[in-house]
Amino acid sequence: MPTDAKRPLQLNDQGQLRHFLSLDGLPRELLTEILDTADSFLEVGARAVKKVPLLRGKTVCNVFFENSTRTRTTFELAAQRLSADVITLNVSTSSTSKGETLFDTLRNLEAMAADMFVVRHADSGAAHFIAEHVCPDVAIINGGDGRHAHPTQGMLDMLTIRRHKGSFENLSVAIVGDILHSRVARSNMLALRTLGCPDIRVIGPKTLIPVGVEQYGVKVYTDLAEGLKGVDVIIMLRLQRERMQGGLLPSEGEFYKLYGLSTQRMALAKPDAIVMHPGPINRGVEIESAVADGAQSVILNQVTYGIAVRMAVLSMAMSGQAAQRQLNQEAEELN
Amino acid sequence: MNLPNPAELLPRMASDLQAHLKARAITEPRFVGIRTGGVWVAQALLEQLGESAPLGILDVSFYRDDFTQNGLHPQVRPSELPFEIEGQHLVLIDDVLMSGRTVRAALNELFDYGRPASVTLVCLLDLNARELPVRPDVVGATLSLEARERVKLLGPAPLTLERQDLASPA
Repeated sequence: MPTDAKRPLQLNDQGQLRHFLSLDGLPRELLTEILDTADSFLEVGARAVKKVPLLRGKTVCNVFFENSTRTRTTFELAAQRLSADVITLNVSTSSTSKGETLFDTLRNLEAMAADMFVVRHADSGAAHFIAEHVCPDVAIINGGDGRHAHPTQGMLDMLTIRRHKGSFENLSVAIVGDILHSRVARSNMLALRTLGCPDIRVIGPKTLIPVGVEQYGVKVYTDLAEGLKGVDVIIMLRLQRERMQGGLLPSEGEFYKLYGLSTQRMALAKPDAIVMHPGPINRGVEIESAVADGAQSVILNQVTYGIAVRMAVLSMAMSGQAAQRQLNQEAEELN
Repeated sequence: MNLPNPAELLPRMASDLQAHLKARAITEPRFVGIRTGGVWVAQALLEQLGESAPLGILDVSFYRDDFTQNGLHPQVRPSELPFEIEGQHLVLIDDVLMSGRTVRAALNELFDYGRPASVTLVCLLDLNARELPVRPDVVGATLSLEARERVKLLGPAPLTLERQDLASPA
């Protein structure tokens, strides 16, 4: 069924999730539903048998064109906890390196009769491309694409904030570091704005802040001390060492001196502020060990919440696909 | 046919349940209500029994066999079982028994928490429309409805039963 401008690709005719590609344009109600469903799945992780049978008989295929350990593992665990059969393909080390195109890889995976693909790719828009070309019954979940989006990371960050701060209405949230290259930052800005956070700040060196970032409803700070004043939540981003070579920053040491989160700088935020980080953390580059391991750090909680959020997204997308099939069938019968 | 008043059914259900447990020498049962109506009936039943035991709450949404047809209920809330399941005698309580699929889902979920010593099933109403071999040990009333009819429990206080006609517009 063709999509139109009013109905984004990732929603079905009833406005339910069908693919999960980006947080851009998703309504607040849907984001809240994801968080509520994830909350319920958290309880499953605390049981002796950490499984529910929702996706029994379904096959989830994790297709990772780009390396990842944490995201891949939590998607695997999420699918397994929903009782799905799970295949993980590290395509970066196989077919594409032998010259196969994304399109051919996709067709081969389709032939394996998977019901859902979780896709990570270094190119922005890869998950959208696949969702547009895959057979209509297959759900696509974006596990991170280039600089564009990492929607499940965005939602697990929102779940972390909601569980520790209750709601978004009166919060000040600072996102610190390499905003320019960060798909996590972009997803977080979109989610925070949709969920009603009134004060979103991005903090970093000018060279690592994208031009026009204000369109996301954020305030820009190049001075860390100024930006951290009175915030409730600090989201530190990973400074990727490979990008240090690009001339955007003088050195890791210099970055830490100006933008690293130390115990002393933490004192500028509210006394009950929480510290988050999507991981893996670079100790002594973007964050001091005492802060990363300190009482206000919720970095490991984020990992736990990540499984529940991914369970919520996988089951909701599968459910949205089923609903769309039903609608299509009813429409065919009427014709 | 008039629908019964739950308040009139509950005293006899409580006495039938006591007799059932006594006959099986069960002295310390654990009570579990299926959300939402089953929890209301369980609370009313515990009051009748003069019991102040903690009540377990099951939400069977993740265990339903119609997920691929009907999808996930948007307001799933976590189950709450404030006691061990392993080796315990459970009293599972629901409001209306129709196909038996909700009870099947509840049993599947309970067994994911542990292996109970026994499960006694209590239902306020049995609609005599079972699709699975699931039969209550204690029941308030048995009704036979037309295929297009359903019964809904309204609550939590007072508990009342409402007849619904699927053919009529909402």
